[in-house]
Amino acid sequence: MTEIFSLARCRVYLFRSIMFSLISFSSTYALSKGTLDIETTRVEQGEKLAFDRKSGNCLACHAIGLGTMSGNLAPPLFAMKERFPNPQKLTQQISNSLLSNEDSIMPPFGLHGLLNEDQISKIVDYLYTL
Amino acid sequence: MKKLVFLITGLTVALYGTILFAEPEAEQAAFKSYFHNKFPDVDKPDFINGVYALDSNAREQWMEIEEFPPYEIAIDEGEALFNNTRFTDGKSYSHCFGTGQHLRKKYPYFDKERTQVVTMELAINDCREKHGAKPLKYKIGDLAKISAYLSYHSRGDVIDVIVSGPAAIQAYNKGKEYYYTKRGQLNFACVDCHVSSAGKRLRTEILSPSLGHVSHFPVYRLKWGSIGTLHRRFSGCNSQVRAKSQPGQSEDYRNLEFFLSYMSNDLEFNGPGVRR
Ligand code: HEC
Ligand code: HEC
Repeated sequence: MTEIFSLARCRVYLFRSIMFSLISFSSTYALSKGTLDIETTRVEQGEKLAFDRKSGNCLACHAIGLGTMSGNLAPPLFAMKERFPNPQKLTQQISNSLLSNEDSIMPPFGLHGLLNEDQISKIVDYLYTL
Repeated sequence: MKKLVFLITGLTVALYGTILFAEPEAEQAAFKSYFHNKFPDVDKPDFINGVYALDSNAREQWMEIEEFPPYEIAIDEGEALFNNTRFTDGKSYSHCFGTGQHLRKKYPYFDKERTQVVTMELAINDCREKHGAKPLKYKIGDLAKISAYLSYHSRGDVIDVIVSGPAAIQAYNKGKEYYYTKRGQLNFACVDCHVSSAGKRLRTEILSPSLGHVSHFPVYRLKWGSIGTLHRRFSGCNSQVRAKSQPGQSEDYRNLEFFLSYMSNDLEFNGPGVRR
């Protein structure tokens, strides 16, 4: 557990330092700033989609990041890069949870048209920041 | 062709399997012991109190509400409706139900002549129609109030549903199937929330176990601000998972009530109840 956490932390630091250098880079070269904004908003949008009761409502069952009033019906989502190195697997879990567990009580968000591909991919981007 | 024959024999065997080898008794025992093992600290008779049997915080708040129970008015109004209603033929509810005491435990039952499950709410409207009155709405209003009055005078009686004979077993099996079938855009079966996840939190709401679910209805829900029947709750849980809800006393809901009541045999009736 602690190993995963410290690994996650390393990644966060690495991520932050990359971000930092990107930011300083972008302040000199305004060109790259556009993409950076888009990246940030995708993650933000993903978080919103995951938390919002009217979209993913993932908090109904999972404890996630800074989300409040979460349920405990399902495992907490953390250290996603370490635990789900393959983004396709993570996407599949959200899109159709029944493929990995046919009795899953997690709604098959893609299959049942609850979230579209783009929304799921934003949620995946967000989950990888955890 | 061969495949088709295979398929048909397969289906017939499966069908017979469920009819011939269905063992409601064994299923009831398994259902109960699942919850008894899952919640060893809960006194067995306490399962009639739903989520309040599991969570001491919620229980405390509930006990406070029970000091001035919001369902009391419904009991009084139900009593007046029961005693004062005169049908056009001059008859009253007592013509069908006597004094109305200890009535709850007769329901639900499987009526062999009508080959269907009869619930107390269905019987109330049957009585009305027999005497020339219009049926009442099944989920809310006067019928729920009469049900509250009758349930109140059956408190402490024991749930004792009998499932015997092929037709009754079939109704039981249909109820069971409804209970275990995933439905709605969110793809949930009743069992997903009220068995495997009982005691866990969905957002901030603790999920109650199905054992004891039928004991305390009708229920005054603070969220509704009124009294409602068991079938009103069923349809609420249906819509929650974005499934199509059914009208009160639909065949599915009556079979479901039959199944769930049988699962709760030997527990006491304690309706009406109050819930968030
Ligand atoms: C109603 C409950 C429920 C909701 C809502 C829900 N999940 Fe799940 N989720 C589960 C359960 C239960 C599991 C455990 C594995 C299984 O049974 O499929 C799970 C597993 C997962 C996993 C794998 C976790 C692990 O550690 O293996 C991920 C990732 C996940 N869910 C993401 C999401 C996202 C993203 C959302 C919202 C878009 C969401 N879940 C909404 C119930 C839910
Ligand atoms: C997505 C989860 C979910 C599903 C699926 C679900 N319910 Fe519920 N149910 C709840 C919640 C939340 C409550 C309110 C808290 C509680 O008492 O469990 C509730 C309450 C109830 C109650 C009232 C309990 C009480 O003590 O007053 C009954 C009865 C009930 N559900 C029956 C059913 C039946 C029957 C089905 C299937 C047709 C079903 N539920 C499906 C979530 C669900």
